[in-house]
Amino acid sequence: MEMNDSREISAPPQVVWDALLNPEILKQCIPGCQEMTGSPEDGFDAVVVQKVGPVKATFKGHVKLEEMQEPSCLTMNGEGKGGAAGFAKGAAKVTLTPSDDGTILQYEVEAKVGGKLAQLGSRIIDGFSKKMADQFFTNFQNTLHGPEEEEDITDADDGDAPEEKKGWLKRLVKS
Amino acid sequence: MPKDGGIGASSKRREDVRFLTGKGRYTDDINIHGQAYAYFLRSEVAYGKINGIDTSVAEGMPGVVQIFTAKDFEGAGGIPCGWQVTDRHGQPMQEPKHPILAEGFVRHVGDPIVGVVADTLEQARDAAEAIDVDITEIDPVLDMRAALADGATKVHDELSSNLCYDWNLGNSPEEAEQVMNSAHHVTTLELTNNRLIANPMEPRVAVGDYSIANDDYTLYTTSQNPHVIRLLMGAFVLNIPEHKLRVVAPDVGGGFGSKIYHYAEEAFCTFAAKQCMRPVKWTSSRSEAFVSDAHGRDHVTTIRLALDENGKFLAIHTDTLANMGAYLSTFSSSIPTWLHGTLMAGNYTTPIVSVNVKAVFTNTVPVDAYRGAGRPEATFQLERVVDKAAREMGIDPVEIRRRNFITEFPYATPVAVEYDTGDYHATMDKLLELSDHAGFEVRAAESKANGKLRGFGISHYIEACGIAPSNLVGQLGARAGLYESATVRVNATGSISVMTGSHSHGQGHETSFAQVVAEMIGIDEKQIDIVHGDTANTPMGMGTYGSRSLAVGGSAIVRATEKILNKAKKIAAHLLEASEADIELKDGTFTVAGTDKSVAWGDVTLAAYVPHNYPLEEIEPGLEETAFYDPANFTYPSGGYGCEVEVDPETGKVQILSFTAADDFGNVVNPMIVEGQVQGGLAQGIGQALLENCAYDENGQLLSGSYMDYTMPRADDVPMFKVDHSCMTPCTHNPLGVKGCGEAGAIGSPPAVVNAVIDALQRGGHDVKHIDMPLSPDRVWMAMNS
Repeated sequence: MEMNDSREISAPPQVVWDALLNPEILKQCIPGCQEMTGSPEDGFDAVVVQKVGPVKATFKGHVKLEEMQEPSCLTMNGEGKGGAAGFAKGAAKVTLTPSDDGTILQYEVEAKVGGKLAQLGSRIIDGFSKKMADQFFTNFQNTLHGPEEEEDITDADDGDAPEEKKGWLKRLVKS
Repeated sequence: MPKDGGIGASSKRREDVRFLTGKGRYTDDINIHGQAYAYFLRSEVAYGKINGIDTSVAEGMPGVVQIFTAKDFEGAGGIPCGWQVTDRHGQPMQEPKHPILAEGFVRHVGDPIVGVVADTLEQARDAAEAIDVDITEIDPVLDMRAALADGATKVHDELSSNLCYDWNLGNSPEEAEQVMNSAHHVTTLELTNNRLIANPMEPRVAVGDYSIANDDYTLYTTSQNPHVIRLLMGAFVLNIPEHKLRVVAPDVGGGFGSKIYHYAEEAFCTFAAKQCMRPVKWTSSRSEAFVSDAHGRDHVTTIRLALDENGKFLAIHTDTLANMGAYLSTFSSSIPTWLHGTLMAGNYTTPIVSVNVKAVFTNTVPVDAYRGAGRPEATFQLERVVDKAAREMGIDPVEIRRRNFITEFPYATPVAVEYDTGDYHATMDKLLELSDHAGFEVRAAESKANGKLRGFGISHYIEACGIAPSNLVGQLGARAGLYESATVRVNATGSISVMTGSHSHGQGHETSFAQVVAEMIGIDEKQIDIVHGDTANTPMGMGTYGSRSLAVGGSAIVRATEKILNKAKKIAAHLLEASEADIELKDGTFTVAGTDKSVAWGDVTLAAYVPHNYPLEEIEPGLEETAFYDPANFTYPSGGYGCEVEVDPETGKVQILSFTAADDFGNVVNPMIVEGQVQGGLAQGIGQALLENCAYDENGQLLSGSYMDYTMPRADDVPMFKVDHSCMTPCTHNPLGVKGCGEAGAIGSPPAVVNAVIDALQRGGHDVKHIDMPLSPDRVWMAMNS
């Protein structure tokens, strides 16, 4: 599975960079993230609960950060094991470029899944990844800058109560 | 007037009473006191090196009895392959070891690595999840052409390459080439025979049991051939002598070939039962079946057909790549060779036929026989290229076939087999009549008026079944004989138990075999029971596959019953104080010819077991006989199949409007059962042609791993079939004159469907020459619009 896209974030590259390396913020932004520990030097350990099609699992994973050039680019390498549900692993190359409104965040993701996740979920993995990325960046944008006015609940098909999270994130940014 | 019993009667299937009321006894219904459950941790990657397996946490988990890895099986053999193919240089095929649990490497998604035995299945699963297997992934070998390229990664390091064998049959490629070069016309077609997954309704199950009291083992398993499993597993894998190993295959819910083979899980449960001193049961989940049952087909072929100016076939040349998967399953090596190359002459008099097959290892599930096994692959190539040639030369597809039909028998083909009998014009005539071929143009015009494209496709197949003469298959590399056995045990009051080495898993043997014996003796079928599926109470037999059960197993029953009748006549002669030569048997009564002196069947059988008035000086008491039957040749069913389709040009969706099968199965014992067998085969053939496809992604992950993505044919995908088997040229060498009908439908139908779709598109003005199966709407639409 490959995914290439970019997002404009209304914050300068250094702020975006710091946020990307902050386990607390990552935990808030990664959909389904239960735990996130570690540091940019040692990498991050994460626990994420997700449902891909019919397969729901707790993924325990480790993410390593490589080729870091502050504050313009880095590569994240990760692998998550979901026990009987299979595994997901991949790499994301992230580039930050200053723009008029803040930062263009460009990402190239290459990922693969295995086990039951591939056997049952391959057909929907592209759509799922896109949705995960959208949710992540929406959360990321909100965390840095508060929610955009018009961006009401776009992911109404998912019952994961993002409204509640939004309010909570807003408070967090304020504090 | 149809008969109401015996050979030729459509007796209702007696086994359906239990199958349709949920009273069948399947392997999963067998639960033994104290049994533990096995769960297999399987590879999630297609290829990788195992660096280490840490079971320490799992071993301490609740309910865990024992955890097994490859090192526990150091004393055991690998899963054997039953057929050694010799390549075109006279060398044996490359044969890698197939361990019970992965040894050092995992080679396909689903390859079992660790077997966990626990008190409950849930505990075994939980423990498996706590096992850490450290694997370094290796880029998998998936594409067959890439696998054969110089420097390709090898699936097995110990082999010289990924080539299992490079095999030729028939005329030399040079001979064929010479004809091609000077021929009036050569038609070339490249095609893929799509990989399939058998999907029997009942997934595989194995229950191993060990008795310390007798030091013997029992394996209950979902098998089409319990004696073969006993032989392979006992002699080659676990080193258990036959008298200490009983294999039971009770009711089995469909096999379609996938339950012929000896699988690792069977050996595991048998072995673990002794290690754990508890019965060990494994039941495959449906998800597991997708990645551990042997797959079918998966050939890529280039076929060339040379013709003269009159459309007479001059030469056929084929180049085929056949996928073996990661290991050699029991019959895998024989499928693309002796069950495929031998059929490349088809129904035609082509004087030169040259076949080359390269079998290739890849990091996929092992591939083996699936309903038809090699013969559908041969038929598909041939019947597609004949259709393409007809179109290119402007000859009607029926006519071009008729010009080339074999009409004189026996006919020795250039590809090692001799057809004993057949009448291909007769089945073609019957097909055209039943399908109202003459009225097609009117129907096509109606479709056109409705904005649809209608097409008619023909396929005229031959197959070789009743596999087969032991001395022949032995020369061809089979590591077993392929006879069949029967014991006919007549009880004192005249009822009969027939113990057969064949195995019924949906074919209706319990009904049709009883009809054969009833006919021979002239008694009611209800007096006869068929016993099968247990090595403890059936004579050594090779089981059921290759449409062999009636032709070979039924013939063994005939031979044993003949022995019974010979002895019964001696007893009757004694009782009637007449000469044996004067004794006649009719409707279950022995009569002295030309007199009214008679004795009933039951009186004779009673005398055999209560021998007060009995010729003890001549014959022994009792009435029980065993026969082993080894045929002189394969049998050669054939038939004309016609498919009429409508294609929606807007969506590419194909609808099958009618399907007609005019088969020649030789004599028919139970027409209703034969019709059912053909219908089932047709549904599976249509499934292959339109719906089913086993797909891997570039990492070797199975994409079609569930019924969300692997499309089985459903009721509305198939039409009401017209099935006929009134054309009968009886087999000349077995006592019943039967040929076999189990696979015909799956063999003959895919090319008929594809030919029909191509015909529809061509009639609609789309110059589409070929579409690879399955002909899903997107593929058809793309072909029309590219």
